[in-house]
Amino acid sequence: MSLQIQNISKYYGANLVLDAVSLDIEPGEFIALLGPSGSGKTTLLRTIAGLQFAEGGTLSFDGEDITGLDARERRFGMVFQNYALFEHMSVAQNVAFGLKMRERSARPSAKDISRRVVELLDMAQIGHLAERFPSQLSGGQRQRVALTRALAIEPRLLLLDEPFSALDTRVRKDLRFSLRSLQQKVGVGAILVTHDQEEAFELADRIAVMADGKIEQFDTPANLIKKPSSPFVAEFLEGAGGYNQSGAGI
Amino acid sequence: MTHLDAAPPRTFLSPFRLKRHVMPGFSLTLGTSLLFVCLIILLPLSGLFWQMSQLGLADYWRIISSERTLASFRVTISAAAFATLFNAVFGLLLAYVLVRYKFPGKRLLDALVDLPFALPTAVAGIALVALYDKNGWMGTLLSAVGLKVAYTWWGIVLAMMFTSVPFGVRTVQPVLESLKPDAEEAARTLGARDWQVFRHIVFPQVWPSFITGASLAFARSLGEFGAVIFIAGNMPFKTEIASLLIMIRLEEYDYPAASAIAGTILLIALFVLVAANIAQSRATRHLHKGSS
Amino acid sequence: MTAPSSTPPITNPQVLALLRQKARKRAVLIVVALLFAALVMALPVIAIFARAFQEGFEVYSANITTPDTLHAIWLTVLTALIVLPINLIYGIAVSWAIVHYRFPGRRALQIIIELPFSISPIVAGLCYLLIYGATGVVGSWLDGWDIQLMFNLFGIVLVSLFVTCPFVARELIPLMEISGQDQEEAALTLGATGWQTFRHVTLPKIKWALLYGAILANARVIGEFGAVSVVSGNIRGETMTLPLQVQLLYNDYNATGAFAAATVLTVIAVITLVLRSTIEARHPHEHA
Ligand SMILES: Nc1ncnc2c1ncn2[C@@H]1O[C@H](COP(=O)(O)OP(=O)(O)O)[C@@H](O)[C@H]1O
Ligand SMILES: [Mg+2]
Repeated sequence: MSLQIQNISKYYGANLVLDAVSLDIEPGEFIALLGPSGSGKTTLLRTIAGLQFAEGGTLSFDGEDITGLDARERRFGMVFQNYALFEHMSVAQNVAFGLKMRERSARPSAKDISRRVVELLDMAQIGHLAERFPSQLSGGQRQRVALTRALAIEPRLLLLDEPFSALDTRVRKDLRFSLRSLQQKVGVGAILVTHDQEEAFELADRIAVMADGKIEQFDTPANLIKKPSSPFVAEFLEGAGGYNQSGAGI
Repeated sequence: MTHLDAAPPRTFLSPFRLKRHVMPGFSLTLGTSLLFVCLIILLPLSGLFWQMSQLGLADYWRIISSERTLASFRVTISAAAFATLFNAVFGLLLAYVLVRYKFPGKRLLDALVDLPFALPTAVAGIALVALYDKNGWMGTLLSAVGLKVAYTWWGIVLAMMFTSVPFGVRTVQPVLESLKPDAEEAARTLGARDWQVFRHIVFPQVWPSFITGASLAFARSLGEFGAVIFIAGNMPFKTEIASLLIMIRLEEYDYPAASAIAGTILLIALFVLVAANIAQSRATRHLHKGSS
Repeated sequence: MTAPSSTPPITNPQVLALLRQKARKRAVLIVVALLFAALVMALPVIAIFARAFQEGFEVYSANITTPDTLHAIWLTVLTALIVLPINLIYGIAVSWAIVHYRFPGRRALQIIIELPFSISPIVAGLCYLLIYGATGVVGSWLDGWDIQLMFNLFGIVLVSLFVTCPFVARELIPLMEISGQDQEEAALTLGATGWQTFRHVTLPKIKWALLYGAILANARVIGEFGAVSVVSGNIRGETMTLPLQVQLLYNDYNATGAFAAATVLTVIAVITLVLRSTIEARHPHEHA
């Protein structure tokens, strides 16, 4: 299951915030969109999700043109920066939401839905939180719920917008590891938006470095360090190499 | 109460003293306020309860349970309920459209929502008759399809609807404005259709304010007089509202009967408002479960 | 030539189709809302003017200038002129007391001052008759002094005060609570008297809220029907306010006269709405 992004251009008024962005993502791959704040990462992710539409370019998934497909029909699981949990629903209801919204013909029975929710919550190690409400959760727990909710729809692709930025450093490392292992267990491709190179280097198979609405370079972490394609990339990644060589990566 | 003697000595000082030194005008402003509140609000209200208490329970019951009074209650309450239902739905729609969309005429629509509060009820009343009686613009249209609004129960509903539109819109509007879009976007990525997003994400969040708006509209409709009497037809047992019956009893100098009916209507309205207030705070608590 | 000066159009036909579909849904909701508003709210206003001018401008102006209608206009204006200052003074006083002091019964006072909004006009009028009418507790005592409060201007003013008294306080209290009393305290320490402090510090802060409340109260005073109709006594050419006059003419089968009188009230209502939304647009945070 692969995603092709071709020449996506997006304007806000007269500002060009995505400048003919192209990316090819392989099935099951974990990609990081890495770049300074304001470089257009969120905009690109939301365009992939179908929450907004670009003025130019196309998106296709597994050969199917999805440029004009509504967000609800893309089946891309998204984790929002502040998680966007449904505050008036319990954790279990949050996770069940996507299944309950399916057309009657495709909707599992109520019993199957709750069984599925229990499985998912256990897999994410938050089974004990099922009856809690979002406001009763810690930041890390909220993130796990958001991720589980996105996985519940059996997504074709996982989209994550700075999912660690609201957490303190102590929980971050833990959650990074469990995110990566969940993603591999499910076998779904993922695109992670981040401005934190350490995060990108630890998690991603390949990293797209963005600046000013353009992809500066798209390569594996090792190659980015070895052969930065521009002074910007070299400067932006300064220090990341040392981290990589220390062997703390995945 | 048992801890009274353990209370800090401060409470035994006159609470008036504490602030008097800070902001001047305490006795002037509170004195003025109390004089006004007593003469204009409390004294007249006590008149109603005094009159009602003069009435024995048996007399009260005889007045209230008379065919005509009961019929007027039935007419008033059913029309008010129907108008409220209608306004709750359309009020929500108007609020939603005003908050979410840009379109030509939006400012005019926004101003128009307040019209029923600004327009005198008697004016609204004759305007509705002019429109809906058999020679009116709407009346001719409706009679062509065999519908009659003026001088029927539907006329009462229409007048009550007109006067209570703003409640439904203005209570829900600020809540809709404060909703963050991300929960709705999350629902869409999870596969929800537009109406499912509304039904499961938006509506639960506006529900407390929705209850408040509906109860205010209902209370207002129960007591509406000016807008209704012109279009109601005012046939005893059929299209006679409670407020009109109070007026009729007054003109007969039957103050006890007028008071019994008025007191009952007042109590129903207060009961609805208090019940809605409780329901609303419960719903709010449920909405923010555990966040306290 | 190459750099676009604004967003270029979306050309992808799929995207366009989706956006068009969304726009259609939006349009349906907007049209339903506008239709509802037009049918339920705008059309009655148009009907008033259509009926008033049905027989030409001459007939209209003749109807407006009948002595009874002119007297009704005068009585309505007079009532508003008496009620408004009292309302302002009371509104400021009660807001000042509630915001700046803590006293026993403060919470009760807050509830009581809102009470008139939950009491229907006819019930309000009835309450006044029961107390201030000739057979009422206060009324019969005053009768001994040859003072009558009901079925005359006094009665009209009193019930008008009742139905409109919450408007000003309702605007002022939240605003004064937010702005606190630091500035007032500063003025007092600089040697200003209480009155000077109010005049130069508080009043400028609350003036738009005060005006806003006054406009709403004024519209209600002018348009009040039910409560006034109970206590006015409905004496032709004497105690008829303009809304009562509308009813009288209408019941006299003088529909054109009734609609002519109604146009005056409608114009006042429209002016109220315009003033209101102007204040809301220009001073969004200076009223509640
Ligand atoms: N709704 C919007 N309206 C106008 N400009 C926007 C909007 N959202 C984002 N932008 C601009 O687009 C650029 C890219 O933003 P974004 O995609 O959020 O960057 P990132 O996620 O990399 O921080 C920024 O310059 C930002 O100011
Ligand atoms: Mg971002």
